[in-house]
Formats: sequence, C-alpha cells, structure tokens
Amino acid sequence: MPKLTIDGIEVEVPAGSTILQAAEAAGIEIPRFCYHERLSIAGNCRMCLVEVEKTPPKPIASCAYPVGEGMVVHTDTPMVRNGRRGVMEFLLINHPLDCPICDQGGECDLQDQAVGFGSDHSRYHEHKRAVKDKDLGPLVKTVMTRCIHCTRCIRFITEVAGVPELGATDRGEHMEVGTYVQKALSSELSGNIIDLCPVGALTSKPYAFVARPWELAKVDSIDVLDAVGTNIRIDARGPEVLRILPRLNEDVNEEWLGDKSRFAIDGLKRSRLDKPWLKRDGKLKPVSWAEAFQAIADKIRDVKGDRIGAIAGDLCDAESMLALKDLMASVGSTNVDCRQDGARLDVSRRDFYSFNTSIPGIEEADAVLLIGTNPRREAPVLNARIRKAFVANNMPVGVIGEAADLTYKSTHLGNDPALINALHDGAHAFAATLRNAKKPMIIVGQGALARPDGSAVLAAAWRLAASVGALLSDWHGFNVLHTAAARVGGLDLGFVPGPNGKSVAQMLDGGVDVLWLLGADEVDTARIGANTFVVYQGHHGDAGAHRADVILPSAAYTEKSGTYVNTEGRVQRGFLAVSPPGDAREDWTIIRAFSQLTGKTLPYDTIDALRQRLEQTNIVFSRLGYLPRFGCTDLTGPSGDPLALSDLPFEALVQNYYQTCPISRSSPTMAECTASKSPVLAAAE
Amino acid sequence: MADVVSFAFAFDAESEAELTMLVARYPAGKQASAVIPGLYVVQHQMKRQTGSAWVPVKGMDALAARLDMAPIRVYEVATFYYMFNMAPIGKYHLQLCTTTPCWLRGSDDVVAACREATGIKGWKETSSDGLFTMTEVECVGGCVNAPIIQVDDDYYEDMDREKTLALIAALRKGKPPPRGSMIGRQNSAPVGGPTTLHFAPEA
Repeated sequence: MPKLTIDGIEVEVPAGSTILQAAEAAGIEIPRFCYHERLSIAGNCRMCLVEVEKTPPKPIASCAYPVGEGMVVHTDTPMVRNGRRGVMEFLLINHPLDCPICDQGGECDLQDQAVGFGSDHSRYHEHKRAVKDKDLGPLVKTVMTRCIHCTRCIRFITEVAGVPELGATDRGEHMEVGTYVQKALSSELSGNIIDLCPVGALTSKPYAFVARPWELAKVDSIDVLDAVGTNIRIDARGPEVLRILPRLNEDVNEEWLGDKSRFAIDGLKRSRLDKPWLKRDGKLKPVSWAEAFQAIADKIRDVKGDRIGAIAGDLCDAESMLALKDLMASVGSTNVDCRQDGARLDVSRRDFYSFNTSIPGIEEADAVLLIGTNPRREAPVLNARIRKAFVANNMPVGVIGEAADLTYKSTHLGNDPALINALHDGAHAFAATLRNAKKPMIIVGQGALARPDGSAVLAAAWRLAASVGALLSDWHGFNVLHTAAARVGGLDLGFVPGPNGKSVAQMLDGGVDVLWLLGADEVDTARIGANTFVVYQGHHGDAGAHRADVILPSAAYTEKSGTYVNTEGRVQRGFLAVSPPGDAREDWTIIRAFSQLTGKTLPYDTIDALRQRLEQTNIVFSRLGYLPRFGCTDLTGPSGDPLALSDLPFEALVQNYYQTCPISRSSPTMAECTASKSPVLAAAE
Repeated sequence: MADVVSFAFAFDAESEAELTMLVARYPAGKQASAVIPGLYVVQHQMKRQTGSAWVPVKGMDALAARLDMAPIRVYEVATFYYMFNMAPIGKYHLQLCTTTPCWLRGSDDVVAACREATGIKGWKETSSDGLFTMTEVECVGGCVNAPIIQVDDDYYEDMDREKTLALIAALRKGKPPPRGSMIGRQNSAPVGGPTTLHFAPEA
C-alpha cells in the first residue's frame, strides 16, 4: 500500500487508488463535478486539480491520477487555486445565472463550489449558448442550458442502470447530453440521475418549483413500495410529503432508489381515508371512531372465533400486524394470513422464505438462476446489485420464466417449471454452470410461488440449490425475492394461519363472517362472501375500502413509526415525517383502542411496549438494521413434493412496475409513467 | 428530424460484404471498433440507393445491432465527426477548405466561384436543383496543393476560380473529372516538375 503526503498529512491507501480518494481518506475535501465513487472515472470537469511535487509544473486532475509511493501532493497552492478558479470561470461561461428560478438552488454543487473556489466576477461578455431541452419522460425535467457536461447521468444510465439510452452527441461547443432520438428513459432507476446531476440540468419533474431545500423537514425512513427496504429520507413541509430521496446504506441500496418509491408520493395526497365510515342501509356514511368501533364490536360478539379472519396487506408495519394477530387471538381466531397473493411459502424455517445470500452477498456470487421472477420490475435496486456483480465478474445468469431484458446478459432457459428438475438431474446445459460455480445463487420469485404448485416449486428450487452446492456452511445461495415490504415481517411474527386456521383463499368465498383487512387491497375482493362483514383498516380508498362495511382510517408509511423486515430478513425502522390526515391514526393504536371493546384489552399502551412484545415473539426483531451473514447446515428442504410440478408457465407477479399498491395506484405521476413508459418497456422485452 | 428518424434502412449485399470484412479486422468481441468505417458503409449505401450520402437514424440502429452496441453509442460517434452527414445532402458534397494555407492560396475565390455556379448562399445549404451541398471544412491535409475542394470522397487540388467553375460544370453533366491536381502535377511534387534530384547521385 503506497504512502503519500497530502498537505502535510501522511496517508496510506490501497495501490491503484487515485489522489482524490487518498485525499478523502486524509479528510481533505477536493471539489469535483464529474467524479463519483460509484461511476467510472471520466476526468472531464477538471475541477479537482491539485499540484504534485516532482511532476511537470502543471495542475493535475486528482480524480484520474493514481497514487504513488512517496508522492507529495498539495491541494491549496496558488497554482491549484488559480487553476480551479479558471475552470470555474469556464464552466460558468455557458451556465445561465438563473439560480433564483432553478430547482437545484440551495443544494447545487456548482453554486457551492463557485462560492468556495470560483472568482467573484467573469471576464466573459459574449453571448452564452442555449441548448434545447430534452423530453426524458414524466419523471426527469431537463434544462439543458444548465448542463456542464460532467456525464454523470450518461455513466449512471449506462453502467449502473444498464439501459444505455443517454449519450453526448455533437462536439465542442455544440455538445449536448440527451437521447438523440426523443424517448422517455426506460430505466426504473432513472430518478437517480436527478440526485447525481451536480447542477440544475436534471431535476424532478413532479417536484418542479415546489419547495426550497431549506424549507424541508427531513426524516429518515424506510421505503415500503417494494421488499428491498431501501433507506430513504422523507422531505416534508408542514403536513405534506414533498419528496423522497435515497439514504446511503451500503448493505441495502447503496445510494440508489427506484422510481416508484421516489415518485409515487403524490399518491399519498389522493384517495385518502381521513375519517371512519360505516355502512348503513347499504351506503357508507361518515361516523365517529366510537360508532365505528361499536359496530364492529356488536358484530364480533355474536360470531364464533373460527368465523373471524384477518388479512394483512403489503405495506403494513410489523407492529400493527402483531397487534392485529393478538386481537384475533383474543377473540379466539387463528385465521390470520399476510400472504395476499397466496404464495405457498413454508414458514417453518426462516431461510425458506428470505433472501439468504443478502444483497451485498450478491456481489460474491458467480452464477445466478432466476426462477419465476423479473427482479428489474420487482426490485430494481436489487437488480442493480445483480448487474453490478455481472459487470464485475461476468457471472452467468439463467432465467426460468418469462423472457425479459434484465439490463444484463441472461440466458433464457425457458418457461417450464420442469426445467428446475432438469437442472437438478443435470439434463440441461446450464446445470454444469451452476455446479461449477463456487457460490451459485438461486432466486425464486413470487410469480413462481403464488400458484397452486407453489410449494412444489419451492421444494424443487431448494433441492436444486442443495444439489448444485449452493447450500454450504459459509454460503447460503437459496433466495426468495419478495415484492411486499410487509411480507417477511409478517411471516417472522407468525401472521399465518394457526392450527386449523384459514388461509387467504379459505377466508374468501364466505369462509369467515367477519374479515378484517389490514391494508389488504391485492386480494380479490369480489370473492369475499356476500354476507361477510368486512372491516377495512388502511389509508387509501382502494379495492379493500370499496368492499368494506366499516372503514378505519389509518396512517401511511410516511405518517407512522414502524418496523419493516425486508426480503433479506433485515429489520429496519422508519419514522414519522408528517401526521396522518384528518381522523386517521397509527394502525397499532387503532387495534389497541378497539381491543377495549372486546373486553380483552391488548397489554401494550406504548409503541415501546409493543416492540418489546415483538422481540419476545421473534428474537430477530431485536436486530435492528443489522443482518448477520449465515450459511446453511441443515439441507432438509421445505415441505412440498419437488416432483409435483405442473406444466403451467410462470407468470411474473408484477406486470406493471409503476402501479403495485394503493399508494402508487393513486399517484398521477405513476399513472403517467404507466401510460408513457410501458410501451417502451414492452418493445424492449 | 422526423423523416431522418423514420427513413427506412437495411444493409444491402454489398454493404454486408464490406461489414464482414471490417469486423474481421478486429479481435472477437471488439467488433464495436468498426463503428467509424461502418458509418461510411451506411453513408455509401445511401449514396448508391438515394443519390445522397447521409446517415439516417435507422442506418445507425442497423449498424448498432450489427456491431452489438447500444444505438446511442453510434449516435455519439456519428455526430462527433463532421464527415458523416446526419441529414440528406445534395448529390455532390462540396467540402471547401478555408483554413490558413488554402486561404492564403486563394480559397476565397474558390468559395465565391462555387457560390456563383451553384447559387448557394450559406454553408451547409443545398442548391435548389438538389445537386450540390456546400460545407466549410477545416484543414483536409492537402496544404501543399492548396486550395482544395473535396467532392464527396475525392480531392480536387490546385483550384482557382476558372477550374472551380469548370469542375462544377462537369459535375452538373454527371462527368466528374479525374481527381487530384488540376494543374497536372504529380502528387505533391513541385509545380513544373522536380527541382532537385535531376540526376542519379554519383556512386
């Protein structure tokens, strides 16, 4: 490891590091526009100039200059300052001085660095150039005159998102960044180029002219619109969530965020349930909480426990699911289920239903088999990690399921479940690839499990994993990719039918007389029995609320503090950013308040008490934010006959990435994306 | 732009043969290196088929597919280099060098003669009869024989006003004169024959 001195501070960094990285290690800030640690090095903004002793007497771009033993670097000499001032003057030649009407104002690298390193005036008096704005679809707004050609967006879309659609056309003064032929970006990660853009050339279209960054209250939280558990920051002003940005977490999302999670927030302001409703004479009427509770209590009193059921939805926090499970138990019911899609998951062991390799573990894998899943649509941030591993070590990816463009090269083996067993028997060419891999991964999607032979698929996939050496004492290559943020948490706390309990399918078609839907909108509400009394507790007037006899308005994920378990089994906690609208309340408090009317009050008065109960229920809930890596020592597979596969082809569960839950279905932005982007996606696949 | 984007294109047999030869020049997996000569293949095919040497977007898409690269990477290259015409041009592309050596040797006269003969006013414009497009280019590297007009791929050297008018008249008739020096010098040898090495050096 070479040792070098930067501004008198000695640092030791790995060979091959750049001076800029070494300076960061030494705690010295070097201004930059084009350099980004997750993208390739471009070296074209020239802002990161430094002076290195014993080199030709000229400033050196530190982002692209490798360190050497004994190097002596100065980052604050007259030459460096002059150089940076000159670079800044050039960058500002064609940059409009429209900061007062620019959405980047207040969080603009160019603005900050112009103050820090620029000159106080410009010597340029000629005409500035103007560039036509590009239409990149409904999410990214462009003001291309502001572009300083750092090419971060081009590199992100090409390298990380894997959808090479942006480029720099023409040259010199005429150079323009864009798609050349007008088209909407087809990436599910396109919103990240807004964060990457160091100036105001790429800004958020829905957020245009909405707020200034210093007006916003910032709260750390967890995204719930897919099962990745992306770490987010919620920016709110007063009662309104104005935008969502990704938060750095190397183990989950690095610093990326899917477009749905970023832009669906306008759905939080539409179709909201803000007061309790009760059906009287066939019509829903607004009522008080007391009346709504009384109506449910009156109904439940005369119904036997096994005729009462509860279904938890995809966006629920663990606390409310546990409270509901306890409530059901107190009225003598074990009919609880959190698998709205009917996925045949075996909950007897945790590694039967979680993404055991873990997201950072993907980078170690050297072969991947996807079964009945399209991670690009189901978990785009996780898909970016698969692509990262693919780019780094060119690992082979096999797909059993619908053929799709996953943004990396994949071998489509076919769409026949029997292929899983063919691979197990070694009767398929890809079997050797898996067998020869040191760390193979098998990823099973919900599309493969939410079908009548789901448990057979699960068992067959496990059997295959065991036979190709994916289950080792230090490597767990069996993975279930979930699509719902609530699912693993629900399974962890046992929100599944108890002994003689009814599953989702059994609760439908009149299987129960009282059905409590906790944010459950993806069940087929038409199949709920005509005489079933439906309680819908949730935040949006979606499918569940339309069928409900009583509606209990609750808080969306931005409006409550809640614990979520992502597809890996990582326990994370989100915090309240804004208050729920109107009379809506946090979910667990609703259930706790109602429990008083049943005569068996739930034994927790604070969320901390409830969380203690959560930890007692399953010890995993005490591991907040931390996920230990583990291997697999017990090769016994999940229940299910691996040979009982049907010959029905797999169908991806998520057909439209942009609209998968009540929030995204209520979002006009997501509706626009569905309208404008789906044809592009369809054509690409 | 619309017709530039929607103009149909597919490689013909001649282009396919050229591409096969081009791709074979590079190691397997590095076929994208053939993108610049490949763009010439597209432009030449357009000249053969439509009489106008330009590169339509579908042509770049076809090349991208042939070389297994993203279309935007081809757009970037094609728009970077001025020798690829991104929109239809006239039958003959008059590329006039006005860089210092040509300018000192009278390129202004050559430009004026071109304007007079073709009726074209500005740069990058096409004459009303669709025969000529005039483009101002930077040094084409034939300074010894300045001034130069490059017609499509051929250099016409040692131009002056009369020779330019004659050249354009010949082109109008569809009979381009032989390329090279218009005053009969051999390659870039001195005007009027060699001035040194008149005799074999003594042994």
